Amino acid sequence: MAMAAVGIGGGGGALGLLAPRRRAASWSGAGGAAAAARRRPLVAVVRASYEAGVGVMATKVGMMTYFDPATGKPVPVTVVGFRDGGNVVTQVKTAATDGYDAVQVGYHGVREEKLTRPELGHLGKAGAPPLRHLQEFRLQSVDGYDPGQPLDFADMFKEGDLVDISGKSIGKGFQGGIKRHNFKRGLMTHGSKSHRALGSIGAGTTPGRVYKGKKMPGRMGGTKTKIRKLKIVKIDNDLKVVMIKGAVPGKPGNLLRIAPAKIVGKNIPKN
Amino acid sequence: MKILSLFHNILNKEAADKVLGEREIPDVQPGCILQMRLQVPENKRRESTLKGIVIARRNAGINTTFRLRRLVAGVGVESVFPLYSPNIKEIKVLDRKKVRRAKLYYLRDRMNALKK
Repeated sequence: MAMAAVGIGGGGGALGLLAPRRRAASWSGAGGAAAAARRRPLVAVVRASYEAGVGVMATKVGMMTYFDPATGKPVPVTVVGFRDGGNVVTQVKTAATDGYDAVQVGYHGVREEKLTRPELGHLGKAGAPPLRHLQEFRLQSVDGYDPGQPLDFADMFKEGDLVDISGKSIGKGFQGGIKRHNFKRGLMTHGSKSHRALGSIGAGTTPGRVYKGKKMPGRMGGTKTKIRKLKIVKIDNDLKVVMIKGAVPGKPGNLLRIAPAKIVGKNIPKN
Repeated sequence: MKILSLFHNILNKEAADKVLGEREIPDVQPGCILQMRLQVPENKRRESTLKGIVIARRNAGINTTFRLRRLVAGVGVESVFPLYSPNIKEIKVLDRKKVRRAKLYYLRDRMNALKK
């Protein structure tokens, strides 16, 4: 039951500990195990999705064309680079100490003044340099990872591998239903008064309210987005950049999280 | 980030230099009359020769393309080619017409004015 992936971001480790306890009660009320977990709050039921393996953080550089040597066809690729300091394992969480298994990775070396003393203390414990970003990769087992261990992209991935890339998408501001949810437009002429309007948002007296989650205008973009199963086209060890087929979230300079692609039945168990 | 964004230029230049080391690329400009040998992977890698006039060029690093207009059986055909594509085996500039536009789209209406 604890295995059920509920889709709380793997990165939100600290959140993962708190939030599921609340949800366990309301979601699976009939489950005996959930009730037990509610009675004994010390045994936290962590519900979060597992990663297929430890990934790294990177920075988007931009897009360009790559000519496939076999066919000569142009392939649109995104160039992804790594900032100084690279990726370092900053903490290894285990079920015994933290209630779940995860590897915390730090990225983007900065000057010491840029961090607070608690942050420096946490990194110092692992023997890592001052790093701006910390993210967790929740795993089935964390064998072979030690705090302070540098992670090199070229060792972890090879050309042709599939990766999942998540990052913050470009913010579009307040947008209408047409752009935000792909609604249809009304007639612009022939006496129509409904040009780009939403249309009906529900029935009348029954139910007498608008359903929650109704698609409406609002803030679009600027949220965490994951693009799945992107292919690594080329790894350049001299410049320390990677070419990945297709587009990734955000503009150049955006922080990206690259993890091995999750494929159910292959590296993620079916249930 | 400043340094990272430079990588983009470096990669573009590197890729372009690599192609330039393999084959000569002449200065392809609008108004050029070209003859080029093209390898077609779909057609069992057979080589075909194309001849036509360049009516536009789009500069974008390694993704620089040019638009070639030619007459095939009396019908005007336009095709876009990446300048640095490995499928282009040879580009020969036969003639350079004097043009006063960057994009010669007006040739679509009067192809005979600058006969191919």
